[in-house]
Amino acid sequence: MASKVIMPKLSPTMEEGQIVRWLKKEGDKVSMGEPLAEIDTDKATMEMQALANGVLRKILINEGESAPLGQLIAVIGDPNEDIASVLAEASAPAKKEPEPKQPEPPKAEEASPPAQPSSPPPPTPRTATDNGRQGGIADSGRMIVSPLAARMAADSGLDLRSIQGSGPGGRIIKRDIEQALTRPKAGAAVATAASGYRDEPATQIRQIIAKRLVTSLGPVPHFFLTVDIDMDRAAEMRESIKALDPDLKISINDIIIKCTAAALMQHPPVNASFQEKFIRYYEHADIGVAVAIEDGLITPVVRGADQKSLSQIASEVRELAERARSKKLKPEEYTGATFSISNLGMFGIDEFTAVINPPEGAILAVGAMTSKPVVRDNQVVVKQMMRVTMSCDHRVIDGATGAKFLQTFKKILENPLYLVV
Amino acid sequence: MPTITIREALNQAIREELARDERVFIMGEEVAEYDGAYKVTRGLLHEFGNKRVIDTPITELGFAGLGVGAAMAGLRPIVEFMTFNFSILATDQIINSAAKMLYMSGGQFNIPIVFRGPGGSALQVSSQHSQALESWYAYFPGLKVVMPSTPADAKGLLKSSIRDDDPVIFIEQERMYGLKGEVPDDPDFTIPLGVADIKREGTDCTIVARSLMVPLALEAAAKLQEQGVSCEVIDPRTIRPLDIDTIIESVKKTNRVVLAEESHPICGVNAEISHEIMERAFDYLDAPVKRVSGADVPMPYAKNLEQLAVPDLEKIIAAVREVAYLD
Repeated sequence: MASKVIMPKLSPTMEEGQIVRWLKKEGDKVSMGEPLAEIDTDKATMEMQALANGVLRKILINEGESAPLGQLIAVIGDPNEDIASVLAEASAPAKKEPEPKQPEPPKAEEASPPAQPSSPPPPTPRTATDNGRQGGIADSGRMIVSPLAARMAADSGLDLRSIQGSGPGGRIIKRDIEQALTRPKAGAAVATAASGYRDEPATQIRQIIAKRLVTSLGPVPHFFLTVDIDMDRAAEMRESIKALDPDLKISINDIIIKCTAAALMQHPPVNASFQEKFIRYYEHADIGVAVAIEDGLITPVVRGADQKSLSQIASEVRELAERARSKKLKPEEYTGATFSISNLGMFGIDEFTAVINPPEGAILAVGAMTSKPVVRDNQVVVKQMMRVTMSCDHRVIDGATGAKFLQTFKKILENPLYLVV
Repeated sequence: MPTITIREALNQAIREELARDERVFIMGEEVAEYDGAYKVTRGLLHEFGNKRVIDTPITELGFAGLGVGAAMAGLRPIVEFMTFNFSILATDQIINSAAKMLYMSGGQFNIPIVFRGPGGSALQVSSQHSQALESWYAYFPGLKVVMPSTPADAKGLLKSSIRDDDPVIFIEQERMYGLKGEVPDDPDFTIPLGVADIKREGTDCTIVARSLMVPLALEAAAKLQEQGVSCEVIDPRTIRPLDIDTIIESVKKTNRVVLAEESHPICGVNAEISHEIMERAFDYLDAPVKRVSGADVPMPYAKNLEQLAVPDLEKIIAAVREVAYLD
């Protein structure tokens, strides 16, 4: 029976290993425990031992080449055994195998504090080098957690590995669990996002751009795009709807939401979110609408605005805003937007920039609609003008991408008939 | 309620029990003519006469044995050791006779006897006269071990001990005889053996303390309150039987424990309490149980070394801060 040799985990932080030297050639006899190869991990060059008896039938990763953890790197088998099926597996596209018998991090209920000397060492000072350490894993590599903290974590379904212990030697203690429980759960925003999405791997260059921009500009590197929009037809449409049915109360902002959703559908790269290792493209436009409330602001979300009619959007926004002001929104009603709009027009603000609400990729800052002299066909005419500024997360949206979206947005808003064609 | 010293509270307890039950008598070195080495038996000879209040020769093993025999014959002796350091001479009678008689006689002979006297650390009397022996006696099935920390507890517990049908080791702290407190003057006031007392309620850390450690723990708790740590101070009062339930309930609430005692740490009473906590409240502990004990050395005579050998306020505070993860 052929035995697979896979890239072993030889250091706690190792993600891939490079073959420095094969210590056996194809065709050599190997026995269990015998050194098979030297592997360069991220930390040191380590010897890899054979885990089976037989003949080294095939070397798949040559000296100098690297392989991720778990990848098949060689095959040990009987001299005449057919190993084609094992090799076929290796040539199949990078399917990650489960890691080989690695010591699992201890489960919460198994974790117990080690015997402590009568005076435990002082708490390890947090330094930059600690950042790479996995949560709750002490320097010894063992998870240290107080019995109480272990039980609390088990009761509340917390993964101890996600928690950084603040006790001596990194011990996870009660206060760490309490803090973790008061933090919003990671991924909660995603879970409540109603829109479907597809995840595409962030390319190497995208990741590098992301890292560089973050270090230069802060956690979310903003840039801003501003455009003037002729609102005559949008205002006209609003009046026409009102004339049609006085009960239909449509605001300019509702029209802006609808046009934004329509434009987003034509520009998926703007309806997206940077997620470190990948970029998430949303299928629908879940529009967050910033609402000023007594002690701050909140952004209730109009789900699937691209699929809703203007009147639906109008009544939904009205209802959400009302409940936002009386603080009766449920968390899933104000989290998980894919794009946000902030409108300060009613305060007479002509132009402003808004701060992106992560993990959204952009936010549109909408100014007041005012009558202005503009030049049309070499004539100065008075038009209802409105200025919008879009803040973009440069990690996911580039200048041209954002500009093209704004172009579409302007086109639709200046000719709202596009909404129906 | 009158405010009296522990010395007076003990005197009241003995006087009331001598008056209440004519089978009760007290004997020991200097308890009669001299009113007791620590004046606990003051006035008793005059009041009850020399058949009830008896001076003995300096023969601890002898008069301890006399007491056991008297108890077997139906009397209720109180045997005073001038200090518990000298009880070491009497341990054969205490451990092999008093503690085991009920068991070995197939239930025929109860031994209703109280061995009492001062124990624990004293000031600058050196190794042989300054030590805590409660873990010795608490070790043996058949003995009850009582250690009061207030005048009211001293009176109520001593009366219960005298009325108890089993041998009781009643250890008074040598440095605490002058400690004052309110004591009920009701002659029927007693405190049952085996019931701990919560001396101060708190939420962040439990300090289990007995005898001399109780006032220190309370002082530490007051200081720690100013530092934002709320301590619960529990005095078991009786080492055997131990009211572990009260301690466990407290630990489940506070999740952290400091155990303070004067005695040496090895095989001490707190080693036992620590084990019980681990076994019964393991899932409630947020920090290892911390002991503050006397040093693992014979008590030094030199004042500076003596101070280092006995737990003090700072050591208790430091221990609480450690288990509360404040430092």
